[in-house]
Amino acid sequence: MTNLAVNLPGLQLKNPVMPASGCFGFGREYSEFYDLGKLGAVIMKAATGSERFGNHVPRVAETSSGMLNAIGLQNPGVEKIIETEVPFLADYDTKLIANVAGSTIEEYELVAKTFNQTNQVHALELNISCPNVKEGGSQFGTDPFMAAKVTERVKQANNLPVYVKLSPNVSDIITMAKAVEAAGADGLSMINTLAGMQIHLPSKRPLLANKTGGLSGPAVKPIAIRMIYEVKQHVSIPIIGMGGISNAEDVLEFLLAGANAVAVGTANFQNPFICPEIIDELPGVLNKYGFGSVQDAVGKGIVE
Amino acid sequence: MKNEKMQIMSVNSVALDTIEMVLKNSYISQTAVPGQFLHVGVDGHTLRRPISIADVNKQEESVTILFKIIGSGTRHLSSYQAGMILNVLGPNGNGFPIQDDATVLLIGGGIGVPPLYNLGKTLAERGTKIISILGFQTADSVFYEQKFRNLGETYIVTNDGTYGYEGYVTDVLELTDDFDRYYSCGPVPMLEAITAALKHKQGFISLEERMGCGVGACFACVIPTDTQGGYKKICKDGPVFSAQEVML
Repeated sequence: MTNLAVNLPGLQLKNPVMPASGCFGFGREYSEFYDLGKLGAVIMKAATGSERFGNHVPRVAETSSGMLNAIGLQNPGVEKIIETEVPFLADYDTKLIANVAGSTIEEYELVAKTFNQTNQVHALELNISCPNVKEGGSQFGTDPFMAAKVTERVKQANNLPVYVKLSPNVSDIITMAKAVEAAGADGLSMINTLAGMQIHLPSKRPLLANKTGGLSGPAVKPIAIRMIYEVKQHVSIPIIGMGGISNAEDVLEFLLAGANAVAVGTANFQNPFICPEIIDELPGVLNKYGFGSVQDAVGKGIVE
Repeated sequence: MKNEKMQIMSVNSVALDTIEMVLKNSYISQTAVPGQFLHVGVDGHTLRRPISIADVNKQEESVTILFKIIGSGTRHLSSYQAGMILNVLGPNGNGFPIQDDATVLLIGGGIGVPPLYNLGKTLAERGTKIISILGFQTADSVFYEQKFRNLGETYIVTNDGTYGYEGYVTDVLELTDDFDRYYSCGPVPMLEAITAALKHKQGFISLEERMGCGVGACFACVIPTDTQGGYKKICKDGPVFSAQEVML
């Protein structure tokens, strides 16, 4: 019997697979396809202190082996999410991770505190890496000093484990990872999308209304693998890995690079059943490559 | 809505860069209502393509879609042949409200015409009189003229005047005022002009947008409903809205 269970701060996961933030809303739509209790965890769409409308459309564009998005953190605000979305997800036998976003450190603190009071959320994912908003998000995620500061303040403001979601849009990901670890992060979540752009030929203008967007999908997987591989060797906190995962072999690749669990994002759009399918296929893939458990494979791809 | 496999029964070019595909599937043919769409997977492409349902034949369990070749995804889809299988999410979205009106006006622009055919056919079967105004860029782009004529009085407009009336669909609106409700689908500038010109009438419009998930989870295809931050999701709350419900 292959053991898929993973034990992370605040998260005793029955398996290492969870839908990535922003690609799954608050789970309602996908609950019509399958039982969300199959998932290791659900990472909710980002929450901010108050409601955000987000960017103008077009908000998505397809690219070779991937897509760009610039949604702009549209969400009804943390209070409304706790009132209308969290109770729905809490009914499922899965762990709940809240993605926390903001424009200021105070807003991050407020959102974290508010989730902490519900007793229905098991961990926070600190979103300091959204490339699609003018304020907040990535200015915290590209400066190690700011990243450490917001991590420390959010840790002080609540009791939940905090996984800091790192931006790949930096020249030195290791420095970022070490800075947030030193500031008290319980884990890392990586990678967020890569800043990109597409020009629309008929209009001769950027296709996305926001001009730039975050690149995701299989195109970014090698970058995610490389960054996790590098970071793993410099931190001792666990990593939730993500970036273009679309099958169980990809999951094993992330585990070998050093991820302890994984999130699946863009692939949900092509195949709404992708998460349960990967969970079903994972034991076979682990066995095929000689692993008896998820835990056995973590970091085994790292060579001296 | 389900994730279904649909076998392609036929592929026809019905106008310039305009492909008609007839697809076989029991579940979707029995459950789809006019105005809903299919979210069609295309091999080698990350995102599905949202395509309106143009016709349904419940006896033969078939669903007809029409799409225009615009980019690499629709070009690739146009190369698919009869017998092949499409991976589809559907039927998606809300669809047009079906009312018992005496007369309705259908106003379609370009690749916005197809969903109105399924609607017109359904309403005609219920005894509603159908009047159609269909706009196309040029004579080569015109399709489904005879099918709409079979439903009722039909006006064809081309932007360059190479077929039918010259100009835009709004230019021939004055030819007909005797209808209870209008239904429209087409480019946003056309919908803006129509909803302004027909402010005094009840109407429903169907919107198109670049979509991600197509099921309401990703917030890619939203449309504002007011200036206070209200919004609707086109894929899930729409694609059909009452003309006053959204801000174009």
